[in-house]
Amino acid sequence: MSTTLLFEQLLNGLQYGVTLFLMAAGLTLVFGVMGLINLAHGSLYMIGAFACAAVAAATGSFWLGLVASIVAAGFAGVLIEMLVIRRLYDRDHLDQVLATFALILILSEGCRMVFGSFPLYLDAPGFLAGPVTLFGGFQYSAYRLAIILVGGLVALGLYLLITKTRLGIRIRAGEADREMIAALGVNIGTLYTIVFAIGAALAGFAGAMMGAIQSVQVGMGEPVLILAFVVIVIGGIGSIKGALIGSILVGVVDTLGRVTLPGFFNLFMDTAAANSVGAALSSMSIYVLMAIILIFKPEGLVSNNA
Amino acid sequence: MPSLSRETYLNIFLSLALLVFPFIATAMDEPFYITLATRVAILSLAAVGLNLALGTGGLVSFGHAAFFGIGGYAMGILASHAQTYTPIFTWPFVIEGTNQMLIIWLVAIVMSGIAALFIGLLSLRTSGVYFIMITLAFAQMIYYFMISWPTYGGEDGLSIYVRNQFPGVNTLDPSSFFYICLVLMFAGLGLSAMIKNSRFGAALQAARQNEERLAATGIRPFNIKLTAFVISGMITGLAGALMADLNRFVSPTMLSWHMSGEIMVLVILGGVGRLYGPVVGALIFIIFEFIFGGMTEFWQFYLGLVLLGVVLFARGGAIGLLAGKARHD
Repeated sequence: MSTTLLFEQLLNGLQYGVTLFLMAAGLTLVFGVMGLINLAHGSLYMIGAFACAAVAAATGSFWLGLVASIVAAGFAGVLIEMLVIRRLYDRDHLDQVLATFALILILSEGCRMVFGSFPLYLDAPGFLAGPVTLFGGFQYSAYRLAIILVGGLVALGLYLLITKTRLGIRIRAGEADREMIAALGVNIGTLYTIVFAIGAALAGFAGAMMGAIQSVQVGMGEPVLILAFVVIVIGGIGSIKGALIGSILVGVVDTLGRVTLPGFFNLFMDTAAANSVGAALSSMSIYVLMAIILIFKPEGLVSNNA
Repeated sequence: MPSLSRETYLNIFLSLALLVFPFIATAMDEPFYITLATRVAILSLAAVGLNLALGTGGLVSFGHAAFFGIGGYAMGILASHAQTYTPIFTWPFVIEGTNQMLIIWLVAIVMSGIAALFIGLLSLRTSGVYFIMITLAFAQMIYYFMISWPTYGGEDGLSIYVRNQFPGVNTLDPSSFFYICLVLMFAGLGLSAMIKNSRFGAALQAARQNEERLAATGIRPFNIKLTAFVISGMITGLAGALMADLNRFVSPTMLSWHMSGEIMVLVILGGVGRLYGPVVGALIFIIFEFIFGGMTEFWQFYLGLVLLGVVLFARGGAIGLLAGKARHD
């Protein structure tokens, strides 16, 4: 296998990992601060993608669509938090799983009622549509490179938000002791709504960016949601840093596994068998990775208590 | 002898109603209703399996579709080899396919038990949200494996032309197959009642309530929970084999996380930890699907609304509404 191909796939893995991080960050933040497991996070990803596709189709501007995705997903997040999620903080995880599973049914079918079952298509903006030449004449998709950069910037922004701002201090305090910060005069209800909306907006943003690579359809959030679960289990639930490490790890292992495993099995099998075994095993690779990490670190790579 | 509770009367009524159902459906000249009732029996059995882990043991498994699907594929693989007269493998020894239900059930139970053992060994190291997500992730792993493995149909699944055979019974007759499924459902209910009232069941409930206390009495909670998880997976696996036989079709959909959610929904709709909770849940689910599925293609939207209402406002499920809180006597 050529180095160029390997490097290209490494970048693809990184791009995938960055997208996963946008999902996982919201999930892990919501779990860390509110103790809530939110299955409907994938639906917010879907809402973002649909909002972007619809607005981009209506106005012709991808950028307006991107703004719309953040606004729509954030607004949906606020609405869901105030109507449903708020009642679940004191419940056990089983109730949270079921209620958010019900939300998936409602949001997915609701989306199907509005937009129909056929996928929508979303084009990347003109100047990012082509390839870009990196060092040594190596060519790579400009749009994917842009996702990596934007995702990196968002990760940095999130880090600064959590560590440097007053809101971040409150979020961390809410994670540590919710009664105490309520006693200190912070409106904990509003804080929870804000955290949920931030997570929702990030998911919607991720959905909009991925919408230009994949097709925009009902149910598109679910595979990403489950990978985001794997990411936060690997990284340690509640830790943003863990989510970043986990996302990159999962993105790269998944992408490289798909490329390298068939070739590896081809060393001692015929091509057809190697392709089918390789494809089957590479689809399992990240789960195997998760199992191995759990054997040695059941609390994830970055323990939140550390 | 303690007086019978309202819940017991409800259970007896439901059992009798299911037993005579084929006669009613035949009298009404609606043979399709028998197929619906068969689905109720099979889904009940699947949910009985989950209820043992979830209700009695407090293990919130979001990956029971894995066992349901493994049971389904056990049937699909064995029967597809039997229908093409090709052995499953020839090395190191020859294994042929079969269309005998008894063998298929045994294989389904053993294979889903082995899967539950591996998944349980890893996921029971954790608890709470981690456990939910890890069981989900392992089920997805098997789901993606079956999708990308082309030998047994991949994404398209496997079709079986003729229903498998049971000695002395014409399984092609809908009523006969319904009674086979119903007997197995009662067997599953009986087993779970027996387990709940046994020493093991007491230890399992103690593991749910307080692990430290259980450990202090000298019983390892891990072993108890793992055993319960394996039995639970086996029951759901058997239900999967039956469901595949009913549809004469198995596909990765049986392994998808929607299936896990659906089995969990059955348990919750009926009432967590109640003996007949899964039966009531499956009954409500199938009736709901039949009525609303006939009216609108978006019936799952309304299912979501009902489910949300039950979780937020009607804890204890349908049995809780009909028969009051669980009695402990």
